[in-house]
Amino acid sequence: MMALPYITEHTGFTGTVYATEPTMQIGRLLMEELVNFIERVPKAQSASLWKNKDIQRLLPSPLKDAVEVSTWRRCYTMQEVNSALSKIQLVGYSQKIELFGAVQVTPLSSGYALGSSNWIIQSHYEKVSYVSGSSLLTTHPQPMDQASLKNSDVLVLTGLTQIPTANPDGMVGEFCSNLALTVRNGGNVLVPCYPSGVIYDLLECLYQYIDSAGLSNIPFYFISPVANSSLEFSQIFAEWLCHNKQSKVYLPEPPFPHAELIQTNKLKHYPSIHGDFSNDFRQPCVVFTGHPSLRFGDVVHFMELWGKSSLNTVIFTEPDFSYLEALAPYQPLAMKCIYCPIDTRLNFIQVSKLLKEVQPLHVVCPEQYTQPPPAQSHRMDLMIDCQPPAMSYRRAEVLALPFKRRYEKIEIMPELADSLVPMEIKPGISLATVSAVLHTKDNKHVLQPPPRPTQPPSSKKRKRVSEDVPDCKVLKPLLSGSIPVEQFVQTLEKHGFSDIKVEDTAKGHIVLLQEAETLIQIEEDSTHIICDNDETLRVRLRDLVLRFLQKF
Amino acid sequence: MPSVRSGWIQGLCSLAHHPSALHFLADSGAVDTIFALQGDPSLFVASAASQLLVHILALAMQGGASGSPISEAAAWPICAQKIVNHVEESLHSKATPQVTQALNVLTTTFGRCHSPWTGVLWGRLSPPVACLFERDPIPAVHSLMDLLLSVARSHVLNFAACGLWEMLAQTLSRLSPTQAGPLALGTLKLQHCPQELRTQAFGVLLQPLACILKATTQAPGPPGLLDGTAGSSLTVDALLSSKSACVGLLCQTLAHLEELQMLPQCPCPWPQVPLLGATVTILRLCDGSVDPSSSMGGRLCGTLGGCVRVQRAALDFLGTLSQGTSPLELVLEVFAVLLKTLESPESSPTVLKKAFQATLRWLQNSHKTPNCSDLSPDALLFLGELFPILQKRLCSPCWEVRDSALEFLTHLIRHWGGQADFREALHSSEVPTLARQLLQDPESYVRASAVGTAGQLSSRGLQATSASPENPLAQQGLLMDLMHILSTDSEGFPRRAVLRVFTEWLRDGHADVIRDTEWFVATVLQAVSRDLDWEVRMQGLELAQVFLIQAMGQPSLHCPYTVGLPEATSPRPHPEFLQTLCRLPLFEFAFCALLDCDRPVAQKACDLLLFLRDKTTHCSGPQEAGDSPNSASVEAVLQRWREGEQGQPLGDLEPEAMLAILRSLDLEGLQGKLAKSSDHVEKSPQSLLQDMLATVGILEENEADCY
Repeated sequence: MMALPYITEHTGFTGTVYATEPTMQIGRLLMEELVNFIERVPKAQSASLWKNKDIQRLLPSPLKDAVEVSTWRRCYTMQEVNSALSKIQLVGYSQKIELFGAVQVTPLSSGYALGSSNWIIQSHYEKVSYVSGSSLLTTHPQPMDQASLKNSDVLVLTGLTQIPTANPDGMVGEFCSNLALTVRNGGNVLVPCYPSGVIYDLLECLYQYIDSAGLSNIPFYFISPVANSSLEFSQIFAEWLCHNKQSKVYLPEPPFPHAELIQTNKLKHYPSIHGDFSNDFRQPCVVFTGHPSLRFGDVVHFMELWGKSSLNTVIFTEPDFSYLEALAPYQPLAMKCIYCPIDTRLNFIQVSKLLKEVQPLHVVCPEQYTQPPPAQSHRMDLMIDCQPPAMSYRRAEVLALPFKRRYEKIEIMPELADSLVPMEIKPGISLATVSAVLHTKDNKHVLQPPPRPTQPPSSKKRKRVSEDVPDCKVLKPLLSGSIPVEQFVQTLEKHGFSDIKVEDTAKGHIVLLQEAETLIQIEEDSTHIICDNDETLRVRLRDLVLRFLQKF
Repeated sequence: MPSVRSGWIQGLCSLAHHPSALHFLADSGAVDTIFALQGDPSLFVASAASQLLVHILALAMQGGASGSPISEAAAWPICAQKIVNHVEESLHSKATPQVTQALNVLTTTFGRCHSPWTGVLWGRLSPPVACLFERDPIPAVHSLMDLLLSVARSHVLNFAACGLWEMLAQTLSRLSPTQAGPLALGTLKLQHCPQELRTQAFGVLLQPLACILKATTQAPGPPGLLDGTAGSSLTVDALLSSKSACVGLLCQTLAHLEELQMLPQCPCPWPQVPLLGATVTILRLCDGSVDPSSSMGGRLCGTLGGCVRVQRAALDFLGTLSQGTSPLELVLEVFAVLLKTLESPESSPTVLKKAFQATLRWLQNSHKTPNCSDLSPDALLFLGELFPILQKRLCSPCWEVRDSALEFLTHLIRHWGGQADFREALHSSEVPTLARQLLQDPESYVRASAVGTAGQLSSRGLQATSASPENPLAQQGLLMDLMHILSTDSEGFPRRAVLRVFTEWLRDGHADVIRDTEWFVATVLQAVSRDLDWEVRMQGLELAQVFLIQAMGQPSLHCPYTVGLPEATSPRPHPEFLQTLCRLPLFEFAFCALLDCDRPVAQKACDLLLFLRDKTTHCSGPQEAGDSPNSASVEAVLQRWREGEQGQPLGDLEPEAMLAILRSLDLEGLQGKLAKSSDHVEKSPQSLLQDMLATVGILEENEADCY
């Protein structure tokens, strides 16, 4: 989502973007925060000379190891964000969206965040599921819809947890313990985070924990340009929430307990550290703020303010960044650093259960998931294990999915269907010939009744109409059945032919009418009458042949 | 109704004590009914029926065989033959429940009867028992193993002659590793067992751990647990077949080895080093930190990763292994793996509890020096790393974790609170402050543990430093805090904990207590006397007893079978002390407890009053209760209390009146009544009759017949 403006605004994109409403709204908030953070500290000039490879290799690590620096882009503007978002068409869970008649696309709840989706892409005979960041844990969003993923020909699996060895429950416990320990010792806690997502769950855990841990008097600050919108938006997306939270709305109560934290003044939110916050600021306290990379945003100020004291603690909960790299510019640092990445997305055990449940014919996933992580090469449990083995792909690789499109669905117009007279050729199998015009538009195929035989053009207008319709010759019936040679020969004799000779060939028979210098070649699926320029004879013989065949 | 059937069997059991009962049982067809009752849907009834059969068999044989054993089973009494034939038929049955019943009867017989005829019985029934092992699958494996072990424990049989050892050896090698485990343990527990069989049985128990070591050790390395590979493929199959099989086998093996190490029959030499190595490896497989050298190791890593059951079993065994002597590098490995488990956010509360327990045992036993209980330097280094973890655990959002961390801390302080290095390490951490804060925890179990910890810290002079702003009255404040908990806490556990701490403080002469003991005891008793929790009231009596013993000396022994040693005459209690007792008011509290509706409280009060009576026999003249008007009014109040009006106080009492009442009460009689267990009413014939009537009532039968 965060890369959307780069796609829609810089690549000549002219299409439609489909997204659920919370995805769009929260995406907007995240991008708005990012743009705000970046624009707060405008750069007078930007350096690009260092991107020259000869210079780059002289730079200290990690700059010298950065890849494809020439493709790095500036951050987008709010204008570009708005333009990108204007291309979004909102969709709801289980809504079927027709794409050019070729496929139907359906978003399903993925259980990871508000409005987060997995997608089903299906035609009449094929079904592909695209599973992205999904969660089976009971957190705030609607639970993951697994049932709809069943019977897929191909399941594309992406967005698994980045920290497969860390159990989110354990990490939340670790987060709370370290937070309480620091605050009880008179220190401050800094939580670098995004303004939406895990923070809702963290606030809920803290809501349950602070009273029991004797932290009721400790202020919690949430500082973000979009803090207010984020907290309020989360409360109005009732239909996208888990059942428990949905039912609260009917009481009516706010679904998330952070409303109560705000009411009781335990949680306060500010757009930035300037203004009201500087008046209210009281220590020891807990601050949630961005950006989790520690490179920009209000978090930078707190790192500088609290970094020198060992009483304070910074707790990393977002799994997107290496916390050691994030901290590198602040070293030496006296404050304690705790890494409790909370990633609720699927781990390999859950994936294995999911695959057993939905049983796709084929699984397609990034190459990294098909082998243990490089740092833990012995952990055979940290990879996808399924039968048949998953097909893997690399970045930018084009993959042919393992199925062939063999059938296409064609509709028959009712008036045409009415005119059909099926004949039973075997018990249970009836056939009817159809003569129709196949009309194909938007990947939909319709059989329409054939046009009436063309009238002789009487006016210009008529003529034009007849031009639109393809020429339709007088229809010949289709033939079926086989010709019994002996009976055929007898029939020929009855009709005055003599001197008949029958030869067997590999594919059938040849009936020679020596007198007439004519040859009738009878094979399983064809009959040829070869005679020299005697059309009358040919027609006579043809009619005799047709006596033995059924016509449709 | 099961209780009626059960009662019928019990009745027959009582009847069967009489020698002539045998004829009655044989003639009345009761034995056939008992056979049928073996398959009763109620397990209690079925089990009682089996036991009764054994009882009748023993009775028949006792009566029939006078002196020497009857070597021919054919010559046994008819009743015995009938039972044996039934058992033999059942052993041949294809239905597993019947086989199980027969095996249970035999197991009980060999367990109870040690007369020579049991040898003849085994001689007759061992072939059909051996045949059971030929079947596939073997029916009633657990009962079969119980039987073999029961026979092996019998003193009567000549095992070598009857081929029991061979049968055991064959069984051990034929059963799957999971099935063989309990039999191997049982075999090792036998007192007279050939060394060869013991080695085989021990091998069965060691095999799974040997496989673990083999799968995870790089290069040949030090000698493992087992040199041979016999049977290992079966074990490997069991370990790799499925997660549940692997977990089940490992948990069972670890539990068996743990049990074995505690026993006097523990095999010698005990492979301490490889066992410790294997246990540490299992824990590492569970936390994913092993780099396995083989594909089997890789699969084990996947199977055991994060497996809480195996972690718990391994930590239990690890704790037991602390009793043996281990090389230093291995001890350091143990500390490392314990530290990792205690630190890991992935560790579940139950695993943490076990890890704390194991840690405590290793601290107690690591590098024991013969003459002191000091911590070794390694242990001190370990503690340095442990305290920050403990701090974090004391702040855990999970109350079970806070609770076990506090319990662990209490044990640590109890053991090493007097040692300077330990005190320094503890003081330099935030642990004491955090522990004190947990007195206000919302969870009552945690508050109770925090009370214990705070009490222990205070006893050792290790309380949170008074410099901290929250605790200006750190020392005196704790006593008041605990008093506050005792009188206001809504849950019983913290109040019980407070009383335990107070009792210990009183016993150990804690400074806060001896400053004004009378005030202390009076305040505590006042709070306790109103408490609704019976354990708190009982603890209150315990505290009162400690107070009395300190003033009056130890109680004299009341064992009627020992010749009393010349007792140092205990000092006669000073009259002023008796006045104090009246003032506290200890007498009132004890009298009130004597009528307590909870039996243990009344029992304890009775013991206390008996002690008081013994100690005060010489205090006054032969005054009888009722002599003084004061005691008459007390008697009247007591009478009203008995009738359920306990609100009225006894009022100001003179010691003489108290002593008079004490002498007038039939405390011994009361003690005897209270000593009867609470189910004596249920077991009485009257209760059985009521059950029978109830059954009849349900069936709407003629009630008069029952009488």
